[in-house]
Amino acid sequence: MTISRAEVRQARRVRLGPLSYLSHVALVVWTILVVVPLAWTFLASFKSEDEIFSGAWTFPAVPRFDNWARAWEQAHVGQYFLNSVIVVACSTFGTMLLGSMAAYVLSRYRFRGNRAIYLLFVSGLAFPVYLALTPLFFVVQNMGQLPLIGQFIGLNTHGGLILVYIAYSLPFTVFFLAAFFRTLPTAVAEAAFVDGASHTRVFFQIMLPMARPGIVSVTIFNVLGQWNQYQLPLVLLSGEARDKWVLTQGIASISTAAGYDADWSALFAALSMAILPMIIIYTVFQRQIQAGLTAGALK
Amino acid sequence: MTHGRTRFIIGFLAFPVLLYLVYVISPYAQAFYIAMTNWRGVNANPQFVGLENFRRLLDDAVFWKAVWHNLLLLILLPVGTITIALFFAYLLNVGGGGRGVGGIRGSGFYKVVFFFPQVLAVAIIAVLFQQVFRPDRGGMLNGPLMALGIEPIGFLSNPDIALWSVLGVLIWQAVGFYVVLFSAGMASIPKEMYEAAQIDGAGRAAMFFRVTLPLLWDTVQVGWVYLGIAALDVFAVVWVMTAEQGGPDHSTTVIAAEIYRNAFDYFKFGYASAMGVVLFFFTIGFAVLALRLSRRERIEY
Repeated sequence: MTISRAEVRQARRVRLGPLSYLSHVALVVWTILVVVPLAWTFLASFKSEDEIFSGAWTFPAVPRFDNWARAWEQAHVGQYFLNSVIVVACSTFGTMLLGSMAAYVLSRYRFRGNRAIYLLFVSGLAFPVYLALTPLFFVVQNMGQLPLIGQFIGLNTHGGLILVYIAYSLPFTVFFLAAFFRTLPTAVAEAAFVDGASHTRVFFQIMLPMARPGIVSVTIFNVLGQWNQYQLPLVLLSGEARDKWVLTQGIASISTAAGYDADWSALFAALSMAILPMIIIYTVFQRQIQAGLTAGALK
Repeated sequence: MTHGRTRFIIGFLAFPVLLYLVYVISPYAQAFYIAMTNWRGVNANPQFVGLENFRRLLDDAVFWKAVWHNLLLLILLPVGTITIALFFAYLLNVGGGGRGVGGIRGSGFYKVVFFFPQVLAVAIIAVLFQQVFRPDRGGMLNGPLMALGIEPIGFLSNPDIALWSVLGVLIWQAVGFYVVLFSAGMASIPKEMYEAAQIDGAGRAAMFFRVTLPLLWDTVQVGWVYLGIAALDVFAVVWVMTAEQGGPDHSTTVIAAEIYRNAFDYFKFGYASAMGVVLFFFTIGFAVLALRLSRRERIEY
């Protein structure tokens, strides 16, 4: 006896009845709740100011691409975007380098104080960052007084922000990677030692490549976390250094500070500029990104 | 093999540990001391005042409002997010219906879309929803209402509603992450469990409460702790989206916003740090309590 797939499906549908349709309705409703605000923002980014305020759901008579140009140039979104790229590229690289070095030593070498240092790092996971904000501001200010390097790592510098990002990303990075390094086999490294490889060489040429899946997950986690950071730049890059601002800070200030004479069309264009790249990158790498972000919770 | 071992360990640890001590540990340690000084203004000379700041906090009505809002969010954000996320994760992975168990058609698509808000910055989402909630014809929600001749809703301007708007945005952003997290947990539950339950005549609701939820309990517990800590750390949505940064009339303010306001708008560094210490104890207290209360015998399968 043969039954076609369509018949099976038909039979299922009959048996399931309304419940299955209700499930679908619930899922579609949430999809709409997620997509519509994003699509609406994108639509508004092509409208003139009059069109935005005369009706929330009208289409623009002509697509106003100049909104995007104004946001990029006059509202400095291009500058903020570039700043975010520079800061996150450096800070994620630094986080991964220092984090994996510390995690490797702490997970694979026995020495006095190992446990204490590991706990010191991991304890950072439990502290609310708001407790540290005030002293952190003065720490960075004081770092700015250092001779020679001070001018690169004080307040209102990208260097200062990068170092702070790295330091605050270390607890999770060390915690996750230490657990990962512990799961790796020891045989390969031992063979390399027998062949006379140095500790440093074994780490960079053998252990790091072996830890690749873990490294990828934490890198994604850190890139997103640092790209989306708002609180720390708000404290460390003041209004006197607008040319240093990162994307989140810049766009938030367009809407909070501008008030009545704000350029609303440009604001929507700026929002779209911040949202679209993230959605596109996420859609392309969704598997890795979902895995990277949930990895911490599943450990 | 021991050649250069000590040098290697010190070389690899020195810089990360130094950076961490300077930027993370020392600020936290200082915060506890600053909380006991009357430090005001960037160049002032702070004096030790003991627990004076904490005593003043007791009489600070705005601070208590902030605490109350954090506690409300601490309960409502996890409950709302976990309920919605469990419902969707179950539909997507188990409740698809048909003989046996399987996800609903298109479950991959839903998981991708639901996750969208998670990759966006909270500050960006806050600006976006400020526009969505606009009280005029330009608002995404109020525009159609006004077109129909209905009074616009003061999502952000009505003190009775504003906190609910904040909660809505927080849940909107969080759900996708937990759908994916719970889906991963549900995928590791063996299919035979459901099939056995089905043979025993369990419906979909019974299967959820008798099979899925008990076996997923560990993951739900992790989600609970995450969301609770997120609720205590709410800042950007309130600071960027709401009127008067925590208003109107302090109706949406939270502890983190008051810390920032006191430290960087009023320059009351001692007082702000005292608030930070209170937040610290809330966070630790919550984490301990959550892990205690939800401890259950782990079910092996």
